[in-house]
Amino acid sequence: MKKETKDILLGPIHLKNPITLQVLGICSALAVTTQLQPALVMSAALMFVLVGSNVTISMLRNKIPGSIRVITQLAIIASLVILADQIMKAYLFEVSKQLSVFVGLIITNCIVMGRAEAFAMANPPAKAALDGIGNALGYSVILIIVGFFRELLGSGKLLGHVVMPTVNNGGWYNPNGLMVLSPGAFFIIGLFIWAQRTYSQELVEEN
Amino acid sequence: MELVNLFLKATFIENMALAFFLGMCSFLAVSKKVDTALGLGLAVIFVLAITTPLNNLIYTYLLQEGALSWLLGDGAASVNLEFLTFIAFIATIAAIVQIVEMAIDKFSPALYGSLGVFLPLIAVNCAILGGSLFMVQREYNLVESTVFGVGAGTGFALAIVALAAIREKMKYSNVPHGLRGLGITFITTGLMAMGFMIFGGIQL
Repeated sequence: MKKETKDILLGPIHLKNPITLQVLGICSALAVTTQLQPALVMSAALMFVLVGSNVTISMLRNKIPGSIRVITQLAIIASLVILADQIMKAYLFEVSKQLSVFVGLIITNCIVMGRAEAFAMANPPAKAALDGIGNALGYSVILIIVGFFRELLGSGKLLGHVVMPTVNNGGWYNPNGLMVLSPGAFFIIGLFIWAQRTYSQELVEEN
Repeated sequence: MELVNLFLKATFIENMALAFFLGMCSFLAVSKKVDTALGLGLAVIFVLAITTPLNNLIYTYLLQEGALSWLLGDGAASVNLEFLTFIAFIATIAAIVQIVEMAIDKFSPALYGSLGVFLPLIAVNCAILGGSLFMVQREYNLVESTVFGVGAGTGFALAIVALAAIREKMKYSNVPHGLRGLGITFITTGLMAMGFMIFGGIQL
């Protein structure tokens, strides 16, 4: 792989991670991660929308007038999200109900807008597609890690299968209720950021 | 009384930022100074108070199943445009934000300057679209959705101002190296969310 391609594709997974470094798309990362399965579905939906919007916007980039570009981008993204939502309602109704408003909120997921604005508006479609895949992967990695810990520690399960039998069901594990609630998500991402920045010292912010 | 309860519920118990994680991007990015945070909080209250009832009207009279019958007679009773919800809502929000932006620019250039890029970003603030989507999901009527919009905005403003105040104080503390900046902000927000959970048991 050429170096540039590699940078665009793999950079967002660690050194330019959309969630922990660009501070984009945090809402959904926190909200859909109480269990692993919705986190996986959300990642897939986001990848579909992000790649689609990046490619479409990149193809139209020379035709979109600067003054109305935000609303044009939103129209493109909203159409893609409607597609994803309808597909999920048709084939994955249970999960779609679990994600509730958060499927619709992909429209306002800052990753999609942020990448459209920062990358797709200035690069050809092929590169924009790579950027979309890369950022969606970086997003998925965080979602999967957070979903993994929250489901495992919060209910002793993974993807609905019992891993650590809980006390209520005659096992030994005393589930940590905090993990299922909202503060748990903040703590896990906070600790993950700490670990990541200790590993790569150059990412540390001053002050 | 119902409405007061709804307001309190939207502000404290179901706080947009701390219980539903909505509007997190700007919540974390604009909370370095109390002044800017207050400005953004007020803008969010304002935009939510306008867009939620407006989207309620659009949903009830244009999109809902059979909603068009007031316009086209009984023949339209089976028309269901619900799949257009997202695009209709986001278009309304983007338009309102544009108007608010122009208004602030005209009447308060100082506030406009300090809000900077975050004003257009309100259009993609999940809290705004989230407010409208919750309104549909919970089947609020026009009055309820206005109260809900103001309440949810107030809750967001409260949370962001509180976080900004904490972060201003935190400048003087010795935070572990790798945790500086975003990391400690997440932990702080987590603690705040824990604090807000005490409202969870209250029955209104």
